[in-house]
Amino acid sequence: MTAPVTAKSIGAVSCHVCGLLVSNRFIAEHSPECPRCEAALHSRKSNSLSRTWALLIAAGILYVPANVYPVLTLISFGKSTTNTIMGGVLELAQSGQMVIAVIVFIASVFVPIFKILALLFLVVSVQLGMKVRRRKRALLYRFTEFIGRWSMIDIFMISILIALVKLQALATVTAGPGAIAFAAVVIITMFAAMTFDPRLIWDDERDDNDG
Amino acid sequence: MAFDKDFNYTEDFRACPECDLIHSVPRIKEGEQGRCIRCGALLFVRHKNSLDRSLAFALTGLMFFILANVFPLLTFEMEGQAESNRLIDGAIAFWKAGYWELGIVVFISSVVAPSAVLLVLITLLLPMRLNRSPYSPQMQIRLLAHLKPWAMSEIFILGIIVAFVKLQDFADVSVGLSLFAFVLMVAATVMAYMTLDEEALWSRLKEIRA
Repeated sequence: MTAPVTAKSIGAVSCHVCGLLVSNRFIAEHSPECPRCEAALHSRKSNSLSRTWALLIAAGILYVPANVYPVLTLISFGKSTTNTIMGGVLELAQSGQMVIAVIVFIASVFVPIFKILALLFLVVSVQLGMKVRRRKRALLYRFTEFIGRWSMIDIFMISILIALVKLQALATVTAGPGAIAFAAVVIITMFAAMTFDPRLIWDDERDDNDG
Repeated sequence: MAFDKDFNYTEDFRACPECDLIHSVPRIKEGEQGRCIRCGALLFVRHKNSLDRSLAFALTGLMFFILANVFPLLTFEMEGQAESNRLIDGAIAFWKAGYWELGIVVFISSVVAPSAVLLVLITLLLPMRLNRSPYSPQMQIRLLAHLKPWAMSEIFILGIIVAFVKLQDFADVSVGLSLFAFVLMVAATVMAYMTLDEEALWSRLKEIRA
């Protein structure tokens, strides 16, 4: 069995916006832009691994304040309750809203840490030249990219509460500094998923039939 | 594989966007899909009346988006006092509280990007329906690809549900008219995306220009 036929192996680039297959010769002779949609053409995302590393480290650092600092405070009849991300989940669980508590737990606690670890694994597996389970890793990447945005639930929830609950001493909700760190983690990991190039998982595939 | 080594660019072959493997473009029927044989990524789709349907859904979505901005989303009542919020109030509240970064993030993901997606789709597809070339189809299609991940209306709906449940514990909350409009806007946007076939878009553009 020979090496798989890829755009790279035949000397061509696939446009990342419209998917048109353009030859390197055309790019050299005419323009570095896609002749169909005019997007800049790259065979692979530039500096994919180092950029993804940088974003993952940033997300990992911000993950700490995102979970330690409060994200919102409720003041009602002179009593104030302050919640962190995890505190908000526990409060929902205690008030018997198990379904909502599980949704918020998955979106706010599980997804961010899963995303960081999954991308870390993907980057390291490419750097170590891992040859097995390429299809499973491709699936892991697709899943990671898909779930990332859902962590914004808590940020939207806080924005709605602070806009709605402002009856002075009766009941007021204010945002906490943890919310900024949390939103930063979500957005930075979204960028990290976009910067990682899943084609790197396959680039050294030869005749090893690994599935 | 029979492959002309001396091509400039081609629509007969396509590389998988996720693993780069070359596939010849298959003749698939409307409603069918083609996936990459190596990594399983979705490569080809065909839809019936793709461009017309997508335009219809985008117009519907824009109508509901306008309605979603006019009425309250939720109304909150406690001890005879009431407050309600509109779609943009969340972004404004963050901004006013000094969390301007979050104000911008919420404004972009719940207001700017979702409405821009619909407007770009309409300004792209409506002129084409009338046999004219859109203002700058290349730029519009690229813009659409870049806006897509940041339009988070469907996630905003879950945010509303969680806020609603949290408030129910200590006050009376009721659902406003805008919430229904917002949910319908999200449904229409999802359908506009699902029915849009980009290859049909490019071949129609070629026809119009010829």
